[in-house]
Amino acid sequence: MKPPKFEYHAPTSLDEALDALGRYGGDAKVLAGGQSLMPLLNFRLARPAALVDLNRVASLAYIREQDGQVRLGAMTRQRTIEFSPLVAQRLPLLKEATRWVGHLPIRTRGTIGGSIAHADPSAEYPAVLAALEGEVVARGARGERVIRAADLFQTYLTTSLAPDEILTEVRLPAMPAGAGYALEEFSRRHGDFAIVGIAAVVVRAGQRCTMARLATAGAGPVPVRLRAAEEILETEGLGEAAIDAAARRATELVDPDADIHASADYRRHLAGVLTKRALTRAIGVARG
Amino acid sequence: MADMMTVRLKVNGVEHEGRCEPRKLLVDFIREDLGLTGTHVGCEHGICGACTILFNGEAARSCIMLAVQAEGAELATVEGLMRDGKLHPLQEAFREHHGLQCGFCTPGMLMTALDFLRTNPTPSEREIREGISAVLCRCTGYQGIVNAVRAAAPVLAAGR
Repeated sequence: MKPPKFEYHAPTSLDEALDALGRYGGDAKVLAGGQSLMPLLNFRLARPAALVDLNRVASLAYIREQDGQVRLGAMTRQRTIEFSPLVAQRLPLLKEATRWVGHLPIRTRGTIGGSIAHADPSAEYPAVLAALEGEVVARGARGERVIRAADLFQTYLTTSLAPDEILTEVRLPAMPAGAGYALEEFSRRHGDFAIVGIAAVVVRAGQRCTMARLATAGAGPVPVRLRAAEEILETEGLGEAAIDAAARRATELVDPDADIHASADYRRHLAGVLTKRALTRAIGVARG
Repeated sequence: MADMMTVRLKVNGVEHEGRCEPRKLLVDFIREDLGLTGTHVGCEHGICGACTILFNGEAARSCIMLAVQAEGAELATVEGLMRDGKLHPLQEAFREHHGLQCGFCTPGMLMTALDFLRTNPTPSEREIREGISAVLCRCTGYQGIVNAVRAAAPVLAAGR
């Protein structure tokens, strides 16, 4: 299997990259870590006229804290995130999710920006972006804009990024100190794509829940925020009955499709089971 | 050809230079242009892990990277593991613990396990299984490989 012919650009600055991208009128693809795009090229499922490789744009790889957010450059490798003390402290859910992203030799190349822009519905980072109500920064010829998670994912592998825009930064609000969190996922083998995954965040005050967040992976064409299930916890607290009710609600809130890996019914079932597991574990580690 | 590009890189400490099309996969460049056929081509879409090498010190799948992306990079392949005619301790452990049968996945297993043990020098058995799940082996049932990695861990840690 060999990729089809393409023109190759390896800019060293974002401006050069945007310039190169703009020349192809939507016919070029941005190459980040390549862990999804390269297989598509090898299979010739993608046949872009050109690749704009961001791997030499050093200014797109960073993790820093600003205005209550952790801001990650789009080209920050998943392996860097896995070992980042700042991520461990401020975004423990992101650290936990990273363990589930592919395998070690995938994470050394794979990037947070690439994973989110690729928008695979079974991927972990889009679910984390949804759960934490994060946003991304996109740069294009007309300037820069900030896109909220809820406005980014449109359907399978499709975002609201314009063809001449590059996702440059991912912004995630720092999690409240003591927040409980968990990402539970079911796949046939560790490292495979999730059949269903659930990201959970819980802020507790004793048995009361002051904030709950639940988001799905693999349970529909885009990550789904399970708002009505969150509300059950926020009104009824963190007891077992509330967890069970939230898990039941989760199965009603998702609208999964069937594929060769799992039926829609099975995915719906998993959404409930994993919601219960994720909440139980998140509540267990929550302080407050 | 007009769109040929020059790639200069270091493999196992040796400088190399080659010319190829931008679409040439790194694994094919390593095998065909540099003649280093120890790195194997398996699935060619980033699943089986047979082609795993160290790219600037980190395990990466060379079938889903372009050769031109390795311009200026330092690579390590299975050929670079032996020193002074002696097997690397990890290779020695694979031999000792029956960590290979047909050997097809072995280069990828070794390079993956090297990065795994570098970043996790004292792994649990579960962590070893998770670490090597990046590479598919159809012969061994993995038990010999797990045993080999477990045995090699303290040897490599002591050598650091």
